[in-house]
Amino acid sequence: MTPLDKPGAATGPRTDRPRRRRAGTGGRRGVPLPLLLPGLLALAFLLLPLLALLVRAPWRSLPDQLTSAEVWQALRLSLVTATAATAVSLVLGVPLAWLLARTEFPGRGLVRALVTLPLVLPPVVGGVALLLALGRNGVIGRWLDSWFGITLPFTTTGVVIAEAFVAMPFLVISVEGTLRAADPRYEEAATTLGASRFTAFRRVTLPLIAPGIAAGAVLAWARALGEFGATITFAGNFPGRTQTMPLAVYLALQNDPEAAIALSLVLLAVSIAVLAGLRDRWMTTTS
Amino acid sequence: MTTPHPTSPNDTDRHPQRRPQPQPQSEPPGLDAHLIVDRGAFHLDVTLTAGPGDVLALLGPNGAGKTTALRALAGLTPLTAGHLHLDGTPLTDTPPESRPVGVVFQDYLLFPHLSALDNVAFGPRCRGAGRAEARSRAAAWLDRMGLADHAGARPRSLSGGQAQRVALARALATGPRLLLLDEPLAALDARTRLEVRAQLRRHLAAFEAVSVLVTHDPLDAMVLADRLVVIEDGRVVQEGTPADIARHPRTDYIAQLVGLNLYRGQAAGHTVRLDAGPAITTTEVLSGPVFVAFPPSAVTLFRDRPSGASARNLWRCEVAGLETHGDQIRADLTGELPLAADLTTVAAAELDLHPGAPVWATVKATQTHAYPA
Amino acid sequence: MTRSVRRTRRMLKLAGAGAAALMALSACSSSSDAKKSGSSDASASPKLSGTVTVFAAASLKESFTTLGKEFEHEHPGTEVSFNFGGSDTLAASITGGAPADVFAAASPKTMKIVTDKGDATGAPATFVRNQLEIATLPGNPDEVASLKDLTKSGLKVVLCDKSVPCGAAAQKALDAAELKLTPVSYEQDVKAALNKVQLKEADAAVVYKTDVKAAGGKVEGVEFPESADAVNDYPIALLKDAPNAETAKAFIALVRSAKGQKVLSQAGFLKP
Repeated sequence: MTPLDKPGAATGPRTDRPRRRRAGTGGRRGVPLPLLLPGLLALAFLLLPLLALLVRAPWRSLPDQLTSAEVWQALRLSLVTATAATAVSLVLGVPLAWLLARTEFPGRGLVRALVTLPLVLPPVVGGVALLLALGRNGVIGRWLDSWFGITLPFTTTGVVIAEAFVAMPFLVISVEGTLRAADPRYEEAATTLGASRFTAFRRVTLPLIAPGIAAGAVLAWARALGEFGATITFAGNFPGRTQTMPLAVYLALQNDPEAAIALSLVLLAVSIAVLAGLRDRWMTTTS
Repeated sequence: MTTPHPTSPNDTDRHPQRRPQPQPQSEPPGLDAHLIVDRGAFHLDVTLTAGPGDVLALLGPNGAGKTTALRALAGLTPLTAGHLHLDGTPLTDTPPESRPVGVVFQDYLLFPHLSALDNVAFGPRCRGAGRAEARSRAAAWLDRMGLADHAGARPRSLSGGQAQRVALARALATGPRLLLLDEPLAALDARTRLEVRAQLRRHLAAFEAVSVLVTHDPLDAMVLADRLVVIEDGRVVQEGTPADIARHPRTDYIAQLVGLNLYRGQAAGHTVRLDAGPAITTTEVLSGPVFVAFPPSAVTLFRDRPSGASARNLWRCEVAGLETHGDQIRADLTGELPLAADLTTVAAAELDLHPGAPVWATVKATQTHAYPA
Repeated sequence: MTRSVRRTRRMLKLAGAGAAALMALSACSSSSDAKKSGSSDASASPKLSGTVTVFAAASLKESFTTLGKEFEHEHPGTEVSFNFGGSDTLAASITGGAPADVFAAASPKTMKIVTDKGDATGAPATFVRNQLEIATLPGNPDEVASLKDLTKSGLKVVLCDKSVPCGAAAQKALDAAELKLTPVSYEQDVKAALNKVQLKEADAAVVYKTDVKAAGGKVEGVEFPESADAVNDYPIALLKDAPNAETAKAFIALVRSAKGQKVLSQAGFLKP
């Protein structure tokens, strides 16, 4: 890396402009076929099932389906719990990502691998694992129950825990990647100016990696919103308390596939609205 | 040249915490550092001292340990052994955020999300100043650097020279007793460099405490510093004023830096028997181990053995390489005596110089310079 | 001295194990012999071969796996391939065109999805019935004796969701008993409901007899009279596009035969 490549080393404000222009022309000029074709195929592959959902949607009965109070109850619960799970993931996950990216300790590689475990674990297994840990009879849950009278399964808190369990790894991995890419010497620079390591993190690193955190949070939120297996296993299914949209969709599928499609559409529409809104507001201004 | 090994029993700095705490008044103000850092195969052991107002330049090739030394002074790299005192205060075990040290990093590391003003105010804020006070102090510093108009600018939109000055203001705004500059001009293009070097020189001259700058550019070192410390392979190989070092290089690296041919040998009167082989005649009268140096421009080349010339200081060589050096051609010669010779383009053409061509090289005794090793 | 004693003891143990294995083998062969003679007159002339694909409700897993092995043994050259799952999911795959020969559903309602689409050949036949039972923690610490006891406050009860057969049946039984029960959760299937009791997260669940039986000692079953009002019929049908109809018919015959019924009743199913 030559010093000139690093941020803040620009030799003049002019350097930005030609770079942008180059990127612009490159986008229009000949896209290589070996990239274009698989890329379009990937897009089609991702969108086709969603398109099918739209095509087969029971448009005529849709208004009836959507006016049911249960749908809105499930949707509200989904949004609230997914947001809460994202908040939990942020508060706990960002520090974990920092520890993984910026400190040396024995077995760090192993810890990083363990953090990603909930990603590969089938969510239902994750739910069972949560029951074994935090259930009424679980390793920790039994103490929560006998000391504080707290039981987590079958509660809305349980939904948030299940969703955070599945969603937090996305955030940690994303933020850790951003932290690794970010220049740690900015923290050092802050330290030489009298900032403690925490102040350096809060006032320098955090703003620098904000786009990465936002991306990770969006990923985690989306994952939490669609969470099914861990939620139904750990928190059960009770309308208004633990029945989120994916659970409602799954159970509707049992005897009324049309209702299931209608519910899926609602979930899709809301997610697209939220994600598009966030992308406009957050991601573009910071990057 | 002997290097004190960190495990040598007579090194009292091995246990800095057991050292009697020196009285601030009894120690001379300024920098007194013995930096020992062991990192795998790399071993750094340098002693640096400087009084208030001094500008010290650490000069050395890449990987010599200059930056490690600077980081050790800032507290970013822990010392394996040794000590660091600043104005009589021991700082050996002080964390970087508590040291009265300001650092200008190689590529400045201005915080990209903060304006120039907030970058400069960052230090005072961290050291306890209120928001308004920190900002007014920062504004004063920017003003002093001639950047009052750019207070609200993000680092991205500053030119290299402006960014360099913001970085300097940021380092100075905390009122450090030691200012460290890592390759302060390396990130600048040649034109800006000239201008910024002059500005930096003024600012360093005005700074009342110790400045240490790291550079691999001899010109930067000579212009900016009062004293040079040349580091190679983690140890100090030569120390002195710029003029002294330019005239009396003691290693090939320094000789090359200042553009001299340098040889080691044994002197006996006017003749020095070089370790490299042949003898060389000098004007100085010396005895024992000496250095002999002469500039490439002092060398004259001939295609055929010059007739009538004395046999003294005449060597049979072969052209190993040629490169343009300003409006001159530098010939790299091997043979009896490896040396560098400068000649004009016309002369090079007349001599039909090309790699592999045999040449005779001669240098006048009056243009050589011998000094004790 | 001690070593030799130990060795002889080990040898005795080995001999014992060998004898047991031999006995088991002979028992196996004799029973399969009987079956072979029994089924040979049922499936007359055409020699059966190929793979028969059976889509069956998850609750049938243990008994159908046993029957599949029997079938392969009786008809060398055949292979029975199972796809166990929720009846609704299976029905959806069948109507979606999954290549299956036989569908065994846990409720007439799910079977109806298939027959309505015209995907079955002939009328489905009920081959077993399943009755509800209350699953409680081992030892029944909450002293649950009736369906009414489940409405006790503080008791954590899980039911199946009304959209799945066991939930619908439970609701039917509760309605018959004129009881109102608020569970902590409506589980997505009967195994999930049972699991909550097995993990001691719930105190009781209303599940099928077969599930209580399959769980072994991990839950305790409590029968209740209202379950008679909510007996679940399991229909089985040959599918219209069956790739291997002949072999499939023979498998259905085995399921409905006395031998098949014996295996199923061992799992807790009731005769139709």
